[in-house]
Amino acid sequence: MKVIDKIVQANKTFLEETGELAYFAGRFFNESTKRPFEVKEFLRQCYHMGNQSLLLVGVTGFIIGLVFTLQSRPTLEEFGAVSWIPSMVGISIIREIGPIITALICAGRIGSGIGAELGSMRVTEQIDAMEVSGTNPFKYLVVTRIMATTLMLPILVFFGDAIAIYGSFLVENIKGGVSFTLYFNEVFKHLEFGDLIPATLKSFFFGFAIGLVGCFKGYHCKKGTAGVGLAANSAVVYTSMLLFIIDFIAVFLTDIFYDL
Amino acid sequence: MDEHSNLQQPVVEISNLYKSYGSNTVLDGFNLNLYEGENLVVMGKSGSGKSVMIKCLIGLEQPDRGVIRIMGHDISQLSREDLDNLRTEIGFLFQGSALYDSMSVRENLEFPLRRHTKKFGIIKDTTPFVLAALENVGLAHAIDLMPSELSGGMKRRVALARTLILQPKIILYDEPTTGLDPITAKEIILLMKNIQQQYKTSSIIITHDVDCARVISNRMILLVDGINYAEGTFQALTTMNDEKVLAFFK
Repeated sequence: MKVIDKIVQANKTFLEETGELAYFAGRFFNESTKRPFEVKEFLRQCYHMGNQSLLLVGVTGFIIGLVFTLQSRPTLEEFGAVSWIPSMVGISIIREIGPIITALICAGRIGSGIGAELGSMRVTEQIDAMEVSGTNPFKYLVVTRIMATTLMLPILVFFGDAIAIYGSFLVENIKGGVSFTLYFNEVFKHLEFGDLIPATLKSFFFGFAIGLVGCFKGYHCKKGTAGVGLAANSAVVYTSMLLFIIDFIAVFLTDIFYDL
Repeated sequence: MDEHSNLQQPVVEISNLYKSYGSNTVLDGFNLNLYEGENLVVMGKSGSGKSVMIKCLIGLEQPDRGVIRIMGHDISQLSREDLDNLRTEIGFLFQGSALYDSMSVRENLEFPLRRHTKKFGIIKDTTPFVLAALENVGLAHAIDLMPSELSGGMKRRVALARTLILQPKIILYDEPTTGLDPITAKEIILLMKNIQQQYKTSSIIITHDVDCARVISNRMILLVDGINYAEGTFQALTTMNDEKVLAFFK
């Protein structure tokens, strides 16, 4: 009986939290269209998130490009299909690996940062202080951060994709003597807008999810300083789950459109 | 009824305020009137609902029932924008100071000033305003420090300066001397008294500190079991023949 009670309670909590998250998202859309627009804070957040994630995304992308090519090269060599490496790497990185890996890195880097920052502001009453001084903290803290992650993630994905493909080129250049022009000609020859547009669109949704969950967890942080750690941690866990769900839906919808 | 009631309208009026968290009733029909230029101290045990009352007053918590009027406005009837405008007339000093820790002292003070262009117009150079507010609390030299570089007493003073910069008509103090050493606490109490005299503000002070209540209060309310158990001047309450009341002053 106790086990059933626990399952019921867990489901109830999950559904309540999902409802609250949906309400939070609704409030974001409502507040983001109202004046005054916090342009300065939005730009500051864009710079903060974009600039500080650039190195991490770049290094990770570069290593993924290297490793992906190093791992697939021997198998393709067996079938005499080494010439397919540029197109294979290009398509797989741009369609799937680039967006999801960049989003997961940003969930860890940006999402947890937002959760911890807003959580800390909540428990030290800084959000309340903002509210009583006649400033809308939701608009200033939440709307700006969600908009910044939504805008910056596709840019980071482009950057990560480019570095990953460059990493792959380096392996091909060293192992197969392929020139820069030939490699990138091969990459772009097989890429279509149909590869780029769904990946870019889904990157916007990934960015939105990272900002939304991070802000939601931080803004509703409870239980003092322990709650701050919990907010940061659960922001990463929930965002990662949400990213895979969004990815599945995006791939599923893209597949339907391709069939049409 | 008190001595003010026939003379003037209260600037803050709380009538029959009720607030519960689940089965725990915190405020059970609380009433309060604050008059212009008055320092009203609210005392009560920990968990008696003092902070909940003050948070309901500023709109951070929603009461279950009751009416709160600030300068004649029923706050439950105000739009978000009107409530924000009204909040510029009310200062709030938080127990933990609540300074924005990612901003310097200067930025902490500039933040509310830059956002209320309706009240102050667009201010190009905020430095004179910031310096004036900091000079009032004796911390002009700390203008470029970060909150992490300040002591507890300094943080409380900067928070007070941030409250003053909007030139509020009403100031709410939530346990202003809690967590401070006796000397710093005394300095903060004197500062509060000076501010009241200089700016002619009306204040509600939530405190456990009997010294603070003695020095600063014009009138006091003792909050027990969610209601105003006793009301009067410090002198009147300390000479009351009631064990529950006297327990606060022992």
